[in-house]
Amino acid sequence: MTPSSGDTAWVLTSAALVLLMTPGLALFYGGMVRAKSVLNMMMMSFGALGLISVLWVLYGYSLAFGDDAGSGLIGNFEFVGLKGLLDAAPLGGVEGEAAGIPPLAFVGFQAVFAIITVALISGAIADRAKFGSWMVFAGIWATVVYFPVAHWVFAFDGYTGATGGWIANNLKAIDFAGGTAVHINAGAAGLALALVLGKRIGFGKEAMRPHNLTLVMIGAGLLWFGWFGFNAGSALGAGNTAAVAWMNTMVATAAASLAWLLTEKLRDGHATSLGAASGVVAGLVAITPACSAVNPVGAIAVGAIAGVLCALAVGLKFKFGYDDSLDVVGVHLVGGIVGTLLIGILATANAPAGVDGLLYGGGVDQLWRQAVAAGAVLVFSFVLAYVIGTVIDKTMGFRIEEESEITGVDLTTHAESAYELGSVSGAGYRAGAAASTKERVDA
Amino acid sequence: MKLITAVIKPFKLDDVKTALESFGVHGITVTEASGYGRQRGHTEVYRGAEYTVDLVPKVRVEVVVDDADVEDVMDVIVKSAQTGRIGDGKVWSVPVDTVVRVRTGERGVDAL
Repeated sequence: MTPSSGDTAWVLTSAALVLLMTPGLALFYGGMVRAKSVLNMMMMSFGALGLISVLWVLYGYSLAFGDDAGSGLIGNFEFVGLKGLLDAAPLGGVEGEAAGIPPLAFVGFQAVFAIITVALISGAIADRAKFGSWMVFAGIWATVVYFPVAHWVFAFDGYTGATGGWIANNLKAIDFAGGTAVHINAGAAGLALALVLGKRIGFGKEAMRPHNLTLVMIGAGLLWFGWFGFNAGSALGAGNTAAVAWMNTMVATAAASLAWLLTEKLRDGHATSLGAASGVVAGLVAITPACSAVNPVGAIAVGAIAGVLCALAVGLKFKFGYDDSLDVVGVHLVGGIVGTLLIGILATANAPAGVDGLLYGGGVDQLWRQAVAAGAVLVFSFVLAYVIGTVIDKTMGFRIEEESEITGVDLTTHAESAYELGSVSGAGYRAGAAASTKERVDA
Repeated sequence: MKLITAVIKPFKLDDVKTALESFGVHGITVTEASGYGRQRGHTEVYRGAEYTVDLVPKVRVEVVVDDADVEDVMDVIVKSAQTGRIGDGKVWSVPVDTVVRVRTGERGVDAL
Protein backbone atom coordinates (compact mmCIF):
# COMPACT_ATOMS: atom_id res chain seq x y z
CA MET A 1 0.00 0.00 0.00
CA THR A 2 1.33 3.49 -0.76
CA PRO A 3 1.48 5.98 2.06
CA SER A 4 -0.65 9.13 1.83
CA SER A 5 1.59 11.71 0.21
CA GLY A 6 -0.16 14.65 1.86
CA ASP A 7 0.05 13.12 5.33
CA THR A 8 3.67 12.12 4.83
CA ALA A 9 4.66 15.55 3.55
CA TRP A 10 3.06 17.25 6.52
CA VAL A 11 4.52 14.89 9.13
CA LEU A 12 8.04 15.12 7.69
CA THR A 13 7.74 18.90 7.58
CA SER A 14 6.41 18.95 11.13
CA ALA A 15 9.32 16.83 12.28
CA ALA A 16 11.72 19.41 10.86
CA LEU A 17 9.71 22.22 12.49
CA VAL A 18 9.91 20.52 15.85
CA LEU A 19 13.61 19.95 15.45
CA LEU A 20 13.99 23.70 14.89
CA MET A 21 12.41 24.20 18.30
CA THR A 22 15.50 22.85 20.02
CA PRO A 23 17.93 25.43 18.62
CA GLY A 24 15.09 27.91 19.15
CA LEU A 25 14.99 26.84 22.79
CA ALA A 26 18.75 27.20 22.96
CA LEU A 27 18.39 30.85 21.87
CA PHE A 28 15.42 31.48 24.18
CA TYR A 29 17.26 30.05 27.18
CA GLY A 30 20.64 31.41 26.08
CA GLY A 31 19.42 34.98 25.99
CA MET A 32 17.99 34.63 29.47
CA VAL A 33 21.26 33.72 31.18
CA ARG A 34 24.25 35.97 31.76
CA ALA A 35 26.86 36.50 29.06
CA LYS A 36 29.38 34.30 30.85
CA SER A 37 27.11 31.24 30.67
CA VAL A 38 25.19 31.54 27.40
CA LEU A 39 27.27 28.94 25.58
CA ASN A 40 26.83 26.28 28.23
CA MET A 41 23.09 26.77 28.20
CA MET A 42 23.03 26.38 24.41
CA MET A 43 25.34 23.40 24.62
CA MET A 44 22.93 21.54 26.88
CA SER A 45 20.33 21.77 24.11
CA PHE A 46 22.78 20.85 21.39
CA GLY A 47 24.08 17.99 23.50
CA ALA A 48 20.55 16.68 23.84
CA LEU A 49 20.11 16.97 20.08
CA GLY A 50 23.10 14.74 19.53
CA LEU A 51 22.60 12.20 22.25
CA ILE A 52 18.85 11.66 22.21
CA SER A 53 18.74 11.34 18.41
CA VAL A 54 21.13 8.44 18.59
CA LEU A 55 19.50 6.76 21.58
CA TRP A 56 16.10 7.11 19.92
CA VAL A 57 17.25 5.18 16.88
CA LEU A 58 19.13 2.58 18.90
CA TYR A 59 16.38 1.69 21.35
CA GLY A 60 14.24 4.69 22.32
CA TYR A 61 11.69 4.33 19.57
CA SER A 62 11.34 0.65 20.36
CA LEU A 63 10.75 1.18 24.08
CA ALA A 64 8.21 3.90 23.36
CA PHE A 65 6.37 2.48 20.38
CA GLY A 66 7.15 -1.20 20.28
CA ASP A 67 4.32 -3.54 21.17
CA ASP A 68 3.57 -3.27 24.87
CA ALA A 69 5.80 -5.43 27.04
CA GLY A 70 3.65 -5.27 30.16
CA SER A 71 0.69 -3.40 31.64
CA GLY A 72 0.96 -0.48 29.26
CA LEU A 73 4.15 0.69 30.96
CA ILE A 74 6.85 0.08 28.36
CA GLY A 75 7.29 -1.14 24.80
CA ASN A 76 9.40 -4.11 23.70
CA PHE A 77 12.66 -4.39 21.76
CA GLU A 78 11.17 -5.29 18.37
CA PHE A 79 12.29 -2.04 16.79
CA VAL A 80 15.82 -1.85 18.20
CA GLY A 81 17.98 -0.10 15.64
CA LEU A 82 14.73 0.59 13.75
CA LYS A 83 14.86 -3.02 12.61
CA GLY A 84 12.44 -3.83 9.84
CA LEU A 85 11.25 -0.26 9.33
CA LEU A 86 13.22 0.67 6.23
CA ASP A 87 10.52 -0.58 3.92
CA ALA A 88 7.65 -1.44 6.24
CA ALA A 89 4.00 -0.93 5.38
CA PRO A 90 2.58 2.53 6.09
CA LEU A 91 0.92 3.14 9.44
CA GLY A 92 -2.85 3.42 9.45
CA GLY A 93 -4.65 6.46 8.04
CA VAL A 94 -5.96 8.85 10.69
CA GLU A 95 -8.90 10.59 9.07
CA GLY A 96 -10.46 7.90 6.94
CA GLU A 97 -7.68 7.50 4.39
CA ALA A 98 -6.61 3.91 3.78
CA ALA A 99 -2.94 4.37 4.50
CA GLY A 100 -1.14 7.03 6.48
CA ILE A 101 2.55 7.73 6.83
CA PRO A 102 5.66 5.56 6.53
CA PRO A 103 6.83 4.28 9.92
CA LEU A 104 10.12 6.13 9.59
CA ALA A 105 8.27 9.42 9.28
CA PHE A 106 6.62 8.66 12.61
CA VAL A 107 9.97 7.63 14.08
CA GLY A 108 11.48 10.93 13.05
CA PHE A 109 8.53 12.97 14.25
CA GLN A 110 8.64 11.34 17.67
CA ALA A 111 12.43 11.59 17.87
CA VAL A 112 12.36 15.37 17.88
CA PHE A 113 9.81 15.29 20.71
CA ALA A 114 12.19 13.21 22.80
CA ILE A 115 15.02 15.60 22.07
CA ILE A 116 13.23 18.77 23.09
CA THR A 117 11.76 17.24 26.24
CA VAL A 118 15.27 16.55 27.49
CA ALA A 119 16.56 19.94 26.34
CA LEU A 120 13.79 21.73 28.26
CA ILE A 121 15.10 20.46 31.58
CA SER A 122 18.41 22.28 31.15
CA GLY A 123 16.81 25.66 31.85
CA ALA A 124 16.52 24.75 35.51
CA ILE A 125 20.27 24.32 36.01
CA ALA A 126 21.77 27.40 34.37
CA ASP A 127 25.33 28.51 35.10
CA ARG A 128 26.29 25.64 37.37
CA ALA A 129 26.11 22.17 35.80
CA LYS A 130 28.99 20.08 34.54
CA PHE A 131 28.44 19.34 30.89
CA GLY A 132 29.49 15.70 31.11
CA SER A 133 27.17 15.13 34.04
CA TRP A 134 24.33 16.76 32.12
CA MET A 135 24.90 14.38 29.22
CA VAL A 136 24.91 11.37 31.53
CA PHE A 137 21.73 12.61 33.18
CA ALA A 138 20.15 13.22 29.77
CA GLY A 139 20.85 9.70 28.60
CA ILE A 140 19.65 7.98 31.76
CA TRP A 141 16.54 10.14 32.24
CA ALA A 142 15.54 9.71 28.61
CA THR A 143 15.88 5.95 28.97
CA VAL A 144 14.05 5.38 32.25
CA VAL A 145 11.59 8.27 32.19
CA TYR A 146 10.92 9.74 28.75
CA PHE A 147 10.80 6.54 26.71
CA PRO A 148 8.32 4.85 29.11
CA VAL A 149 6.18 8.00 29.49
CA ALA A 150 6.07 8.41 25.71
CA HIS A 151 4.76 4.87 25.60
CA TRP A 152 2.10 5.70 28.22
CA VAL A 153 0.86 8.83 26.45
CA PHE A 154 1.62 8.56 22.74
CA ALA A 155 1.42 4.84 21.92
CA PHE A 156 -2.13 4.08 20.85
CA ASP A 157 -3.38 0.52 20.48
CA GLY A 158 -3.04 -0.67 16.91
CA TYR A 159 -0.98 2.23 15.55
CA THR A 160 2.62 1.00 15.77
CA GLY A 161 1.93 -2.13 17.78
CA ALA A 162 -1.09 -4.13 18.86
CA THR A 163 -1.07 -2.73 22.39
CA GLY A 164 0.05 0.70 23.49
CA GLY A 165 0.40 2.65 26.71
CA TRP A 166 -1.97 2.90 29.70
CA ILE A 167 -2.67 6.63 29.72
CA ALA A 168 -3.63 6.68 26.02
CA ASN A 169 -5.65 3.49 25.98
CA ASN A 170 -6.85 2.56 29.49
CA LEU A 171 -7.07 5.85 31.35
CA LYS A 172 -8.04 7.65 28.12
CA ALA A 173 -6.76 11.00 29.24
CA ILE A 174 -6.50 13.49 26.39
CA ASP A 175 -2.99 14.73 25.67
CA PHE A 176 -2.78 15.48 22.00
CA ALA A 177 0.81 16.63 21.63
CA GLY A 178 2.43 16.02 25.00
CA GLY A 179 1.32 18.42 27.71
CA THR A 180 2.05 15.63 30.16
CA ALA A 181 4.69 13.60 28.33
CA VAL A 182 6.78 16.63 27.39
CA HIS A 183 5.98 19.62 29.58
CA ILE A 184 4.90 18.23 32.94
CA ASN A 185 7.60 15.61 32.45
CA ALA A 186 10.39 18.12 31.80
CA GLY A 187 9.07 20.58 34.36
CA ALA A 188 9.03 18.00 37.14
CA ALA A 189 12.54 16.86 36.23
CA GLY A 190 13.67 20.48 36.16
CA LEU A 191 12.35 21.01 39.67
CA ALA A 192 14.14 17.89 40.87
CA LEU A 193 17.46 18.99 39.39
CA ALA A 194 17.10 22.54 40.71
CA LEU A 195 16.80 21.00 44.16
CA VAL A 196 19.68 18.55 43.69
CA LEU A 197 22.11 21.14 42.33
CA GLY A 198 21.09 23.90 44.68
CA LYS A 199 20.94 27.64 44.20
CA ARG A 200 23.35 29.62 42.07
CA ILE A 201 25.85 31.78 43.94
CA GLY A 202 24.11 35.11 44.43
CA PHE A 203 20.60 33.78 43.80
CA GLY A 204 18.08 36.05 45.45
CA LYS A 205 20.62 38.82 45.98
CA GLU A 206 22.04 39.61 42.56
CA ALA A 207 19.75 40.65 39.75
CA MET A 208 20.99 38.06 37.18
CA ARG A 209 19.12 39.67 34.36
CA PRO A 210 18.95 38.22 30.83
CA HIS A 211 22.06 39.27 28.94
CA ASN A 212 20.43 39.41 25.53
CA LEU A 213 16.68 39.77 25.32
CA THR A 214 16.82 39.95 21.54
CA LEU A 215 17.96 36.31 21.53
CA VAL A 216 15.09 35.48 23.86
CA MET A 217 12.57 37.01 21.48
CA ILE A 218 14.10 35.35 18.42
CA GLY A 219 13.99 32.07 20.30
CA ALA A 220 10.36 32.58 21.27
CA GLY A 221 9.49 33.29 17.64
CA LEU A 222 11.23 30.14 16.46
CA LEU A 223 9.52 28.12 19.18
CA TRP A 224 6.12 29.47 18.13
CA PHE A 225 6.82 28.64 14.50
CA GLY A 226 8.12 25.16 15.26
CA TRP A 227 5.26 24.47 17.65
CA PHE A 228 2.85 24.37 14.74
CA GLY A 229 4.69 21.21 13.80
CA PHE A 230 4.55 20.03 17.42
CA ASN A 231 0.78 20.48 17.75
CA ALA A 232 -0.66 20.34 14.25
CA GLY A 233 1.83 17.66 13.25
CA SER A 234 0.54 15.46 16.05
CA ALA A 235 -2.55 14.96 13.92
CA LEU A 236 -0.25 12.65 11.93
CA GLY A 237 -2.20 13.62 8.88
CA ALA A 238 -2.88 16.65 6.71
CA GLY A 239 -6.54 17.27 7.33
CA ASN A 240 -9.07 18.93 9.57
CA THR A 241 -7.57 17.81 12.86
CA ALA A 242 -4.28 19.41 11.93
CA ALA A 243 -6.09 22.61 10.97
CA VAL A 244 -8.00 22.72 14.25
CA ALA A 245 -4.79 22.13 16.21
CA TRP A 246 -3.07 24.85 14.19
CA MET A 247 -5.76 27.40 14.87
CA ASN A 248 -5.92 26.64 18.57
CA THR A 249 -2.15 26.86 18.80
CA MET A 250 -2.19 30.28 17.13
CA VAL A 251 -4.84 31.90 19.29
CA ALA A 252 -4.03 30.34 22.68
CA THR A 253 -0.47 31.57 22.36
CA ALA A 254 -1.55 35.06 21.43
CA ALA A 255 -3.97 35.22 24.35
CA ALA A 256 -1.35 33.95 26.77
CA SER A 257 1.17 36.56 25.73
CA LEU A 258 -1.37 39.34 26.21
CA ALA A 259 -2.45 37.91 29.55
CA TRP A 260 1.14 37.74 30.79
CA LEU A 261 1.79 41.32 29.72
CA LEU A 262 -1.36 42.48 31.47
CA THR A 263 -0.43 40.63 34.65
CA GLU A 264 3.01 42.22 34.61
CA LYS A 265 1.65 45.67 33.99
CA LEU A 266 -0.77 45.37 36.89
CA ARG A 267 1.67 43.74 39.28
CA ASP A 268 4.99 45.44 38.44
CA GLY A 269 4.02 48.48 36.43
CA HIS A 270 5.89 47.43 33.28
CA ALA A 271 5.04 45.13 30.39
CA THR A 272 8.38 43.55 29.50
CA SER A 273 9.74 41.82 26.43
CA LEU A 274 10.72 38.88 28.62
CA GLY A 275 7.10 38.71 29.69
CA ALA A 276 5.86 38.76 26.11
CA ALA A 277 8.25 35.97 25.15
CA SER A 278 7.44 33.94 28.26
CA GLY A 279 3.73 34.42 27.72
CA VAL A 280 4.12 33.03 24.22
CA VAL A 281 5.81 29.91 25.59
CA ALA A 282 3.31 29.51 28.43
CA GLY A 283 0.44 29.60 25.95
CA LEU A 284 2.13 27.11 23.66
CA VAL A 285 2.72 24.77 26.58
CA ALA A 286 -0.85 24.97 27.83
CA ILE A 287 -2.49 24.43 24.44
CA THR A 288 -0.21 21.48 23.65
CA PRO A 289 -2.39 18.80 25.25
CA ALA A 290 -5.63 20.64 24.46
CA CYS A 291 -5.30 21.66 20.83
CA SER A 292 -7.52 18.85 19.55
CA ALA A 293 -10.12 19.06 22.28
CA VAL A 294 -11.21 22.68 22.54
CA ASN A 295 -12.70 25.17 20.11
CA PRO A 296 -10.79 28.39 19.32
CA VAL A 297 -12.68 30.42 21.92
CA GLY A 298 -11.81 27.73 24.44
CA ALA A 299 -8.23 28.00 23.26
CA ILE A 300 -8.27 31.73 24.03
CA ALA A 301 -9.40 30.85 27.54
CA VAL A 302 -6.71 28.21 27.93
CA GLY A 303 -4.06 30.67 26.81
CA ALA A 304 -5.30 33.54 28.93
CA ILE A 305 -5.53 31.44 32.08
CA ALA A 306 -2.09 29.95 31.50
CA GLY A 307 -0.64 33.39 30.82
CA VAL A 308 -1.87 34.74 34.12
CA LEU A 309 -1.08 31.69 36.25
CA CYS A 310 2.39 31.18 34.82
CA ALA A 311 3.21 34.87 35.18
CA LEU A 312 2.34 34.56 38.84
CA ALA A 313 4.03 31.17 39.21
CA VAL A 314 7.49 32.36 38.21
CA GLY A 315 7.73 34.30 41.45
CA LEU A 316 7.25 31.13 43.51
CA LYS A 317 10.90 30.18 43.28
CA PHE A 318 11.88 33.17 45.37
CA LYS A 319 9.12 32.48 47.89
CA PHE A 320 10.05 28.83 48.26
CA GLY A 321 13.76 29.22 47.75
CA TYR A 322 14.49 26.93 44.81
CA ASP A 323 16.60 28.14 41.90
CA ASP A 324 14.65 27.08 38.83
CA SER A 325 16.84 29.42 36.87
CA LEU A 326 14.85 29.86 33.68
CA ASP A 327 11.38 29.05 34.98
CA VAL A 328 11.03 25.54 33.62
CA VAL A 329 8.75 24.87 36.58
CA GLY A 330 6.80 28.11 36.36
CA VAL A 331 6.16 27.78 32.63
CA HIS A 332 6.37 24.11 31.63
CA LEU A 333 5.22 22.34 34.78
CA VAL A 334 2.53 24.87 35.70
CA GLY A 335 1.53 25.54 32.10
CA GLY A 336 1.41 21.83 31.36
CA ILE A 337 -0.79 21.16 34.38
CA VAL A 338 -3.09 24.08 33.52
CA GLY A 339 -3.55 22.93 29.94
CA THR A 340 -3.97 19.30 30.87
CA LEU A 341 -6.62 20.02 33.51
CA LEU A 342 -8.50 22.65 31.50
CA ILE A 343 -9.27 19.95 28.94
CA GLY A 344 -11.48 18.44 31.62
CA ILE A 345 -13.44 21.67 31.72
CA LEU A 346 -13.31 23.19 28.26
CA ALA A 347 -13.27 20.15 25.95
CA THR A 348 -16.12 20.12 23.46
CA ALA A 349 -17.31 17.10 21.49
CA ASN A 350 -17.37 19.23 18.36
CA ALA A 351 -13.59 19.28 18.38
CA PRO A 352 -11.62 16.35 16.92
CA ALA A 353 -11.03 14.74 20.32
CA GLY A 354 -14.80 14.33 20.57
CA VAL A 355 -15.21 14.65 24.31
CA ASP A 356 -17.30 17.07 26.40
CA GLY A 357 -15.70 18.60 29.44
CA LEU A 358 -17.41 19.98 32.53
CA LEU A 359 -18.55 23.16 30.82
CA TYR A 360 -20.26 21.25 28.03
CA GLY A 361 -22.17 18.83 30.21
CA GLY A 362 -19.60 16.07 30.36
CA GLY A 363 -19.36 16.16 34.13
CA VAL A 364 -16.02 15.51 35.77
CA ASP A 365 -15.39 12.26 33.91
CA GLN A 366 -12.69 13.66 31.67
CA LEU A 367 -11.38 15.97 34.36
CA TRP A 368 -10.37 13.19 36.74
CA ARG A 369 -8.68 11.31 33.92
CA GLN A 370 -6.67 14.42 33.12
CA ALA A 371 -5.72 14.83 36.76
CA VAL A 372 -4.54 11.24 37.10
CA ALA A 373 -2.42 11.50 33.95
CA ALA A 374 -0.86 14.77 35.10
CA GLY A 375 -0.19 13.44 38.58
CA ALA A 376 1.28 10.15 37.42
CA VAL A 377 3.77 11.76 35.04
CA LEU A 378 4.67 14.45 37.56
CA VAL A 379 5.45 12.06 40.37
CA PHE A 380 7.24 9.51 38.19
CA SER A 381 9.44 12.10 36.55
CA PHE A 382 10.21 14.07 39.70
CA VAL A 383 11.16 11.06 41.80
CA LEU A 384 13.34 9.43 39.15
CA ALA A 385 15.01 12.69 38.12
CA TYR A 386 15.77 13.40 41.78
CA VAL A 387 17.28 9.95 42.24
CA ILE A 388 19.31 10.03 39.03
CA GLY A 389 20.50 13.57 39.74
CA THR A 390 21.53 12.67 43.28
CA VAL A 391 23.42 9.58 42.19
CA ILE A 392 25.29 11.58 39.56
CA ASP A 393 26.01 14.30 42.10
CA LYS A 394 27.42 11.83 44.61
CA THR A 395 29.55 9.95 42.07
CA MET A 396 30.89 12.16 39.31
CA GLY A 397 29.58 15.44 40.73
CA PHE A 398 26.88 17.47 39.03
CA ARG A 399 27.70 21.01 40.02
CA ILE A 400 30.83 22.90 38.97
CA GLU A 401 33.26 24.37 41.53
CA GLU A 402 32.38 27.67 43.17
CA GLU A 403 35.39 29.43 41.60
CA SER A 404 34.38 28.14 38.19
CA GLU A 405 30.84 29.36 38.62
CA ILE A 406 32.06 32.83 39.52
CA THR A 407 34.48 32.96 36.58
CA GLY A 408 31.82 31.60 34.28
CA VAL A 409 30.78 28.13 33.17
CA ASP A 410 31.49 28.86 29.49
CA LEU A 411 35.13 29.57 30.10
CA THR A 412 35.73 26.89 32.68
CA THR A 413 33.69 24.10 31.09
CA HIS A 414 33.91 24.83 27.38
CA ALA A 415 37.08 26.98 27.24
CA GLU A 416 35.08 29.52 25.26
CA SER A 417 33.70 32.98 25.64
CA ALA A 418 30.61 33.90 23.66
CA TYR A 419 31.60 37.51 22.98
CA GLU A 420 35.13 38.18 21.84
CA LEU A 421 34.53 41.82 21.05
CA GLY A 422 38.07 43.18 21.36
CA SER A 423 41.45 42.55 22.88
CA VAL A 424 40.20 43.19 26.40
CA SER A 425 36.62 41.92 26.39
CA GLY A 426 35.68 38.26 26.44
CA ALA A 427 38.43 35.99 27.65
CA GLY A 428 41.22 38.26 26.52
CA TYR A 429 42.96 35.57 24.51
CA ARG A 430 46.51 36.36 23.48
CA ALA A 431 47.67 34.96 20.14
CA GLY A 432 50.13 32.12 20.62
CA ALA A 433 49.72 32.16 24.40
CA ALA A 434 51.50 29.25 25.97
CA ALA A 435 49.44 29.25 29.14
CA SER A 436 46.52 26.83 28.99
CA THR A 437 43.02 27.97 29.81
CA LYS A 438 43.06 25.89 32.95
CA GLU A 439 46.18 27.59 34.22
CA ARG A 440 44.91 31.06 33.51
CA VAL A 441 41.60 30.45 35.19
CA ASP A 442 43.02 28.76 38.25
CA ALA A 443 45.72 31.39 38.72
CA MET B 1 50.54 69.51 34.75
CA LYS B 2 47.31 68.10 36.05
CA LEU B 3 45.03 65.22 35.11
CA ILE B 4 41.44 66.48 35.00
CA THR B 5 38.83 63.75 35.36
CA ALA B 6 35.17 64.41 34.72
CA VAL B 7 32.32 61.96 35.29
CA ILE B 8 29.39 63.21 33.25
CA LYS B 9 26.08 62.10 31.79
CA PRO B 10 26.72 60.07 28.59
CA PHE B 11 24.57 62.21 26.32
CA LYS B 12 26.59 65.33 27.26
CA LEU B 13 29.81 63.91 25.84
CA ASP B 14 29.48 65.62 22.47
CA ASP B 15 28.92 69.00 24.10
CA VAL B 16 31.95 68.54 26.33
CA LYS B 17 34.21 67.40 23.49
CA THR B 18 33.18 70.35 21.31
CA ALA B 19 33.72 72.81 24.14
CA LEU B 20 37.16 71.41 25.00
CA GLU B 21 38.24 71.53 21.39
CA SER B 22 37.10 75.15 21.08
CA PHE B 23 39.12 75.97 24.16
CA GLY B 24 42.25 74.43 22.69
CA VAL B 25 42.56 71.06 24.41
CA HIS B 26 43.64 68.60 21.77
CA GLY B 27 43.77 65.28 23.58
CA ILE B 28 41.03 63.45 25.40
CA THR B 29 40.39 59.93 26.73
CA VAL B 30 36.85 58.69 27.16
CA THR B 31 35.67 55.57 28.99
CA GLU B 32 32.29 54.20 29.98
CA ALA B 33 31.58 54.07 33.67
CA SER B 34 28.75 53.54 36.13
CA GLY B 35 28.13 55.35 39.31
CA TYR B 36 25.96 57.36 41.60
CA GLY B 37 26.40 60.36 43.84
CA ARG B 38 23.60 61.61 45.97
CA GLN B 39 20.99 60.59 43.40
CA ARG B 40 20.86 57.15 45.06
CA GLY B 41 19.03 54.26 43.45
CA HIS B 42 15.53 52.96 43.16
CA THR B 43 13.72 49.64 43.65
CA GLU B 44 12.55 47.71 40.67
CA VAL B 45 10.47 44.57 40.39
CA TYR B 46 11.54 42.17 37.65
CA ARG B 47 10.08 38.74 37.00
CA GLY B 48 8.44 38.68 40.40
CA ALA B 49 11.48 39.66 42.48
CA GLU B 50 12.53 43.01 43.90
CA TYR B 51 15.92 44.51 43.14
CA THR B 52 17.69 47.73 44.09
CA VAL B 53 19.18 49.53 41.12
CA ASP B 54 21.77 52.10 42.09
CA LEU B 55 24.48 52.33 39.42
CA VAL B 56 23.64 54.67 36.56
CA PRO B 57 25.59 54.76 33.27
CA LYS B 58 28.10 57.61 33.07
CA VAL B 59 31.04 58.63 30.89
CA ARG B 60 34.51 59.42 32.24
CA VAL B 61 36.46 62.11 30.39
CA GLU B 62 40.15 62.58 31.09
CA VAL B 63 42.45 65.35 29.88
CA VAL B 64 45.98 66.30 30.91
CA VAL B 65 46.56 70.05 30.89
CA ASP B 66 49.19 72.58 31.84
CA ASP B 67 48.84 74.04 35.37
CA ALA B 68 47.89 77.44 34.00
CA ASP B 69 44.84 76.06 32.22
CA VAL B 70 43.42 73.89 34.97
CA GLU B 71 40.77 76.25 36.36
CA ASP B 72 39.61 77.31 32.89
CA VAL B 73 39.36 73.78 31.56
CA MET B 74 37.38 72.66 34.59
CA ASP B 75 35.00 75.58 34.01
CA VAL B 76 34.62 74.63 30.36
CA ILE B 77 33.75 71.07 31.30
CA VAL B 78 31.30 72.07 34.03
CA LYS B 79 29.44 74.52 31.79
CA SER B 80 29.19 72.14 28.83
CA ALA B 81 28.23 69.08 30.90
CA GLN B 82 25.65 70.80 33.04
CA THR B 83 21.91 70.13 32.72
CA GLY B 84 20.85 71.43 36.11
CA ARG B 85 19.26 68.11 37.00
CA ILE B 86 20.42 65.57 39.54
CA GLY B 87 23.21 63.24 38.33
CA ASP B 88 25.22 65.83 36.34
CA GLY B 89 28.46 64.42 37.79
CA LYS B 90 31.73 65.76 39.14
CA VAL B 91 35.07 67.10 37.91
CA TRP B 92 38.38 66.89 39.79
CA SER B 93 42.09 67.26 39.15
CA VAL B 94 45.20 65.47 40.37
CA PRO B 95 48.89 66.28 39.82
CA VAL B 96 50.75 64.53 37.02
CA ASP B 97 54.52 63.78 37.32
CA THR B 98 55.45 63.16 33.72
CA VAL B 99 53.80 63.01 30.32
CA VAL B 100 55.47 61.46 27.25
CA ARG B 101 54.30 61.53 23.63
CA VAL B 102 54.60 57.93 22.44
CA ARG B 103 55.32 58.76 18.79
CA THR B 104 58.24 61.13 19.35
CA GLY B 105 59.37 60.62 22.92
CA GLU B 106 58.81 64.31 23.77
CA ARG B 107 58.37 64.86 27.49
CA GLY B 108 56.65 67.38 29.69
CA VAL B 109 54.53 70.24 28.43
CA ASP B 110 55.73 69.59 24.86
CA ALA B 111 53.92 66.30 25.03
CA LEU B 112 50.54 67.87 25.71
